Amino acid sequence: MIADFGNILLFLIHGALFVALSLFVAKLIRPHRPNAEKLMTYECGEVPIGSARVQFNNRFYIIGLMFLIFEVEILLLFPWVMVFQDIGWFAFWAMFVFVFLIFIGFAYELGKGHLQWDIPRPVVPKYVEGVGVVDDYPAKEPASSEPALDEPALQTGVNR
Amino acid sequence: MAEAEVNSYVVLGAALFMLLNSAAICVYAERRIASFIQNRIGPNRVGPLGLFQPLADVVKLLLKEDVTPVQGFRTIHTIAPMIPVVTALLTVAVIPFGDGIYVTDINAGVLYLLAAASLGVYGVTLAGWASNSKYSLLGGLRAAAQMVSYELPLGMALASVVIFVGSLSVVDVAVAQENWWFVFLNPLGAVIFIIAAFAESNRTPFDLVEAEQELVGGFHTEYSSMKFGMFFLAEYMHVVINSMLITTFFFGSYHLPFAGYWLPEMSTTAKAILDITVFTGKTAFFIFLFIWVRWTIPRFKFNQVMSLGWSRLLPLSILNFIVIAAILFAINA
Amino acid sequence: MATYAFVLLAVLAVASALAMVLNKNTVNSALFLVLNLMSVAGLYLLLHAQFLAIIQILVYAGAIMVLFLFVIMLLNVDEEESLFDKFRAIYLVAFLLGVVVFGQIVYSLGGVTDLLPEISADMAYVGTVEAVGEVLYTTYLMPFEMTAILLTAAVVGALMIAQYKVKTSDQEE
Repeated sequence: MIADFGNILLFLIHGALFVALSLFVAKLIRPHRPNAEKLMTYECGEVPIGSARVQFNNRFYIIGLMFLIFEVEILLLFPWVMVFQDIGWFAFWAMFVFVFLIFIGFAYELGKGHLQWDIPRPVVPKYVEGVGVVDDYPAKEPASSEPALDEPALQTGVNR
Repeated sequence: MAEAEVNSYVVLGAALFMLLNSAAICVYAERRIASFIQNRIGPNRVGPLGLFQPLADVVKLLLKEDVTPVQGFRTIHTIAPMIPVVTALLTVAVIPFGDGIYVTDINAGVLYLLAAASLGVYGVTLAGWASNSKYSLLGGLRAAAQMVSYELPLGMALASVVIFVGSLSVVDVAVAQENWWFVFLNPLGAVIFIIAAFAESNRTPFDLVEAEQELVGGFHTEYSSMKFGMFFLAEYMHVVINSMLITTFFFGSYHLPFAGYWLPEMSTTAKAILDITVFTGKTAFFIFLFIWVRWTIPRFKFNQVMSLGWSRLLPLSILNFIVIAAILFAINA
Repeated sequence: MATYAFVLLAVLAVASALAMVLNKNTVNSALFLVLNLMSVAGLYLLLHAQFLAIIQILVYAGAIMVLFLFVIMLLNVDEEESLFDKFRAIYLVAFLLGVVVFGQIVYSLGGVTDLLPEISADMAYVGTVEAVGEVLYTTYLMPFEMTAILLTAAVVGALMIAQYKVKTSDQEE
């Protein structure tokens, strides 16, 4: 049984060899004439501004986290698939409770809007007779009003 | 036993060789079909009907200068293109091509497929990060988030197939479809699996990763020469492999429809030839589907991709799984 | 054959673990950790624990390390900070504790003569997915459901942390 994994090891070795060999052959025969412009990071021909190590949206982190939780759930369902015929309804309810519990967390996340991307609201310019083009953009809130606390985008009905 | 060993090595060599070649054929097919759909001629200069075009592409890629941005991470920049090719090659190890024609039959084959798919995420993410370009970083992150998200419906769809088989070995899955293909028993699972497979191989309508209007080249903006070639190869290998997986899990693998009911007994050789022909034919059809969809359907927006994956496909696939389980219980009880 | 594989994997595991700790670049460290996890998965395979090995690759190398990479990229820890700029007593204590633990491990391994145990059919069966499923959904059902609660709690907690936002300079004005 475990010897079958040996074939997979062969695949791994062959794959790695193939990749390494083709990259090596390319290295031997290709020209190498670098200059400053070539080696610059591509930014549509401009000189790049700043480093690309920027901080990005932390939703990616949340996606990774949710993936982890659900991956564990799915992997724990696979053993269940193998044995549920033997154990019977008891196993079915056990699985059901498990999935339901995971779903509570999922529902919480979905309800909070964590899985929905922010979309900038389109600004449509409006033409008013005698005045000209008026920005329909909402005017600055008066300073007294409390700025809305940062719940991640709950109003994502736009643009779906 | 020794004969079986030799046999599996033959299959191993053939599988590796054919997979690499099928990627080349797939490139040619894509260009010809694209030009047919767009009412162009397509490549027709190199060899008869332009058949040697992929070969010319490879030679061109080999001869191109390799440019690595100085601010990037040289080591990771070099390692990243190798990862998707190797994981794609690993996937094919457990797929049966005919009755008794497979490289290896491991007890946890379905999980192994998922594992190989999940490792493929590293290639694009690291490529995006190591290039030190904003486009690459965004492309790599999008790719990672998308592949990771669609792996879940993919896994659930696989689970809803395995429930019929009661074994995690891919060979058993293929054998179990002799009479009824699983697409008839589990149509929703098949749809979910096909959508997720499209997303996993980063093809249109899910090719946000390299949305050229906004991200230039996505994660491979800073790649050139054979390193780019590796990503290119990996993309087409993923198309081929995902077609094979769709065939294997839902469209009867190497069986003709309802073959168990009407197919007469045959000699081993004839059966092997028939099996491989059927399997290849189905795979070719799904490769064609991949290409057809690419040149027909426009690209989604990223928020749409994410909301499709998380708030539609994932709950749907879990529901599908539970309903199928309940029905099977009710039938058996 | 198995012994050679074991030695190879063990050396790989230890070397990649060392490389992970000693490497100054965080992304490189994370990649060495992936290598380490995979070689440990290989060791599980040698013990015929298939399910564990594949779970190790799927969950640890495939999911947790992707999350780690996201966090590393998100935090952008580019500047290298030397730990040993100034000497602190706590480093000495940590070093001594490490030596003690290492000594214990070496001592407990001293009596071992055969590298790999002979694996009987029963032992091989325990590692398969069916065996895991049988005990998971009958004997260990309670801890299993607890895992679900734990995972839910982890989701909610992590979301609370991710939601927290420092006041921007905009609002301070």
